[in-house]
Amino acid sequence: MAERSFKEEVEKLRLGAGEEFRGEGILAITKALLESGVSYVAGYQGAPISHLMDVLADANDILEDLGVHFENSANEATAAATLAASVNYPLRGAVTFKSVVGVNVASDALSNLASGGVTGGALVIIGEDYGEGSSIMQERVHPFAQKSQIWLLDPRPNLPSIVNAVKKGFELSEISNTPVMLEVRIRACHVHGRFETSDNVRPSYTLRDAMENPRRQTDRIVLPPASYLHEKEKIEKRWPAAVKFIEDNKLNEFFDGDLIDIGIVMQGGMYNTTMRALELVGLADSLGHSRVPLYVMNVTYPLIDRELIRFAEGKRAILIVEEGQPEFLEQAINTIFRRADVQTRIEGKGMLPMAGEYTGGVVRDGVKAFARAYRPETISDAPPSNEGAVRIAAAVKAIENNVHARPPSFCTGCPERPIFTALKLVERELGTHHVSCDIGCHLFSILPPFNIGATTMGYGLGGAGAAAFNTKSDKRAISFVGDGGFWHNGLTSSIGNAVFNKSDNVTVIVDNGYTSATGGQDILSSYADNAIRKTHNSIEKAVRGVGVEWVRTLTHTYDVAGMRDTLREALTTKAKGPKVIVAQSECMLNKQRRERPLVNKAIKDGNRVVRERFGVDPDTCTGDHSCIRLSGCPSLTVAPNPDPLRTEPVTKVINSCVGCGLCGEVAHAAVLCPSFYRASIVNNPSGWDRFKAKARGAVIGFLQRRIARRQYAAA
Amino acid sequence: MNAPLPQRQRPITIAILAMGGEGGGVLADWIIDLAESNHYLAQFTSVPGVAQRTGATIYYLEIYPRAGIVDATHEPVLALMPVPGDVDIVIASELMEAGRAIQRGLITPDRTTLIASTNRVFAMTEKIAMADGRVDPDKLIEACGTAAKVMHAFDMAAIAEATGSVISAVLFGATAGAGVLPFPRQAFESAIKRGGKGIQASLAAFTAGFEATAVGATTVKTPAVNQPPPTLDGQDSDETPTNGVVHRPIPAQLLQETDKFPAGARAIARAGIERTADYQGLSYARLYLDRLAPVASADKDGRLIGETARQLALGMAYEDTIRVAELKIRPSRFARVREEVRVNDGQILEIAEFMHPRTQEIADTLPAPLGRFILRTGWVRSLMDRMTRKGRVVKTSSLRGFLLLYMVAAFKPLRPRSLRYQAENAYLEEWLATVQRTAATHYDLAIEVAAARNLVKGYGDTHERGRARFETLMALLPSLSQRPDGAAQLASLRKAANNDDTGVALDAAIAAMKESVAA
Ligand code: SF4
Repeated sequence: MAERSFKEEVEKLRLGAGEEFRGEGILAITKALLESGVSYVAGYQGAPISHLMDVLADANDILEDLGVHFENSANEATAAATLAASVNYPLRGAVTFKSVVGVNVASDALSNLASGGVTGGALVIIGEDYGEGSSIMQERVHPFAQKSQIWLLDPRPNLPSIVNAVKKGFELSEISNTPVMLEVRIRACHVHGRFETSDNVRPSYTLRDAMENPRRQTDRIVLPPASYLHEKEKIEKRWPAAVKFIEDNKLNEFFDGDLIDIGIVMQGGMYNTTMRALELVGLADSLGHSRVPLYVMNVTYPLIDRELIRFAEGKRAILIVEEGQPEFLEQAINTIFRRADVQTRIEGKGMLPMAGEYTGGVVRDGVKAFARAYRPETISDAPPSNEGAVRIAAAVKAIENNVHARPPSFCTGCPERPIFTALKLVERELGTHHVSCDIGCHLFSILPPFNIGATTMGYGLGGAGAAAFNTKSDKRAISFVGDGGFWHNGLTSSIGNAVFNKSDNVTVIVDNGYTSATGGQDILSSYADNAIRKTHNSIEKAVRGVGVEWVRTLTHTYDVAGMRDTLREALTTKAKGPKVIVAQSECMLNKQRRERPLVNKAIKDGNRVVRERFGVDPDTCTGDHSCIRLSGCPSLTVAPNPDPLRTEPVTKVINSCVGCGLCGEVAHAAVLCPSFYRASIVNNPSGWDRFKAKARGAVIGFLQRRIARRQYAAA
Repeated sequence: MNAPLPQRQRPITIAILAMGGEGGGVLADWIIDLAESNHYLAQFTSVPGVAQRTGATIYYLEIYPRAGIVDATHEPVLALMPVPGDVDIVIASELMEAGRAIQRGLITPDRTTLIASTNRVFAMTEKIAMADGRVDPDKLIEACGTAAKVMHAFDMAAIAEATGSVISAVLFGATAGAGVLPFPRQAFESAIKRGGKGIQASLAAFTAGFEATAVGATTVKTPAVNQPPPTLDGQDSDETPTNGVVHRPIPAQLLQETDKFPAGARAIARAGIERTADYQGLSYARLYLDRLAPVASADKDGRLIGETARQLALGMAYEDTIRVAELKIRPSRFARVREEVRVNDGQILEIAEFMHPRTQEIADTLPAPLGRFILRTGWVRSLMDRMTRKGRVVKTSSLRGFLLLYMVAAFKPLRPRSLRYQAENAYLEEWLATVQRTAATHYDLAIEVAAARNLVKGYGDTHERGRARFETLMALLPSLSQRPDGAAQLASLRKAANNDDTGVALDAAIAAMKESVAA
């Protein structure tokens, strides 16, 4: 069960011709797929297209009604290989994953797909995760498209443009026998907007038709000599076909302006930001009228030489707004102009930064620099108000060091946190170790308060990242792999590799039942039942299956002492071969989402329900905050010390505590202060509960009055 | 053809800064619905994912009146992220997030209305400090006031709490109350009603937010975190008075003895008397005052006696198993827990304590000879170690658990004969002597010596570590007293000692200090 449910919103996928769709980008993309007559969709989750996978899962009924097949791929390579169905058959297929990591994993399949080419339209929807909030390395997808010759669409970030790109993308793919990538930036994936819908289209040729009438064309298979011919065909046939289609269908857009001797060329995805930048320097209004002529490349590969040359006609200079590096577009346009002997100056990375996100402020400054260089009279450089600048400077100075970073971290009650608490405790005994991390929520261990972990080499590669440390040593390396990464490829890359190479290292597989970091999607080992997938496949069995002998499964990660002892044993045992610990407890975010409504209902219905939460007694808390350093739970915070003699803030547990129990376990295992208590609140107590409470209350109350009477206090 | 563009309508730009789980998305949805239902186009985007996991997130919205569209082929082009200097309304769900908006240039004096809640949700770096790592909230509020054109800032989390709702509803109310969006109050309320889910509570919170904003445009209430505790009448100052409970009064004459101290130190000394009397009776409070007397005569300006009075009271009222047991079973403590975990009338509360007394602590509480015997006799000790390896969960709300702690607390009269009492007294006497001795020649340094005692606190490992660091610092006194900046040095060493568990910072600070002597 995914973190976010789209059950209600997917009803919008049923809208027919002429109706208005209002909603999020990813939902609009799904609608566009259905309107395009797609036969199958597949993918692997990851921001920003996790929700696209969730939408598809929640829309499975609608998809089945239309005869569309949906797969949750094992990883991005699987997703890309799924497109093989479009090689021999006129089937439209779409797959989706996140850039650039998804493309990295998928690139083997993508290369093979692109070499042979496709018959049915093949669309790869890339969720671009570049800039603010991104969780991955900052790289471009562009060179992947270039090297494999896959066309790359980068539409303007509004719903009508994105929907149009999906539809035209399929046509382009079919006409040029080439797979097409559709790049959608993170904010566009989540943008709330509108577009006019058409009817959904049922695929005319189905997967079943193909399976019952199999076809093969040996010249489409990547094997010599066909592969040499593919390379030629790409240039001689597929490229010109694509260029013609893009020109005929006006996929790239020209916008006129009165400053005809300059112009701006941009990636489609940069359009809104560039328009706002122009507006802010007085060269456009908010309704899309620009004084500077614009050439918007909704297709960033291939480039259309003729269009670029036409745009440059009569222009002294153009500015290229191209996010990311290297500046592939700028280089290519320079080459095009040189070959055609076009004299227009090309500005780009000289006026805009080479690297980093092109935010509104950055583009505004670049556009301003460009206008000032070529049409200085058009920008009125009103001196910024002095008073304003002074005030801002004063404010910024006042908050110096008073604004701390707030990176994401483990949620309240997260079952992964105690694993790292235990590791910290083991390190107190055995010293620090080299720790290789993976991708997933567990990577938050590298941040305070845990500060654990040295590298992360990719999804499922936690164990692989420690592979070299496989030599005689007094300490073992520790790696982490999540359940998501484990099934993605970790079973072979991390575990199988360690077995085969006779590694002695320790691998902790964090099994919380979902790919939690991407939004809580189900995987092979999920404990939940899933109507359309087979879950409940044991990680331990898989690990033993590839030859690990030392495996320990802990089914309650909150048992810090147990976890600590198991880690200690794994790090010190004489047993040979890899040591694998499967640390198993359900993701709290998902658990709460599942259980909270049930609990609330039970209480409402008058059933006996016990809720637990933790608390700290401020009068025994010393304000040392060891407990927070060993836990970092968001429900654990500090509060002013009520004791007039003490100044350090005390630890406080806020009401969002879900009573996971870690606080108590830590207090015990690390021998902290005796300040933690667990409060059990009995809702709708039974008669017996009430009787017990009354009886106890009588005795305890009597003794307490006695205690109070003896206590000294100022009158 | 160089005609500048005609003046056209601009979008209203709104940035919401919030943390995961605070309902920033809900607030954005309300605003979208509000705008779309009132002849505006609306666009909204964010970078979720991070938002789900407690990270700081910006939600960005633009709204544009349909009336501003001149021809149907040209719809407004709305931006997907805020441009510094171009934001009309910044809504921050927390004070540090408002500060972040300033840092990012989103709040500017020429146009930005800031609607901010002044409550604090501490960042991890503030929470994990070994002493007080909190930033200064007044600085943040001051900066907000300076940077914004108009500011509406008050504690909206408290209002949300009081109305049983979420902060997003209060923020929505404050936005309406600020009058910065071109919609009437009813339109806001209709948006809440259309949203479904918890309508009544949301409307109540909305109203409270609306009214608080409408009343005083830029009134700022200092966040609660910065307020001093309301009373100075003992350790249980924050507790709900338990009805009809009478305590033994501390004689007024004893309390009045603090009158001879300088004004600044009186309240602390008074609290010290209350603490020590509560801890071990009136004679113990007497001992406290007697110990203070010689320091008082060395005092020049109230600082030395104030700090010593504070540390001495804390040192004399050290936490041992008896004290912990006593504090846990008090009626005022039960009442406090009830309040803190919000138990209603129909519910029953059970309390369980997490304790981990080890051999050392148990031996400490016993009469000194017996305690020493246990610690010194190998087999007894290892037997006890084995018995105390695991922590214990004691259910104080059950008879068994309560009586167990009651029994431990009953050891109180025997405390003065315990091993720990003797050790603590020796430590305290030695420290007091050091304070006095130092005060005679190096007054400022003596104040720091008094303050350094604060390193010794807590239980178990924390206590041992604190004591070791304290002794490390005391061993440096001879060289510190030779330096003109000795007091400042000791203060920064104390800070370094509080920097991390491992002591790396302290070692580095000591090394640096020695270096600076050599230089
Ligand atoms: S018990 Fe502690 S760690 Fe668990 S949810 Fe409550 S505060 Fe967080």
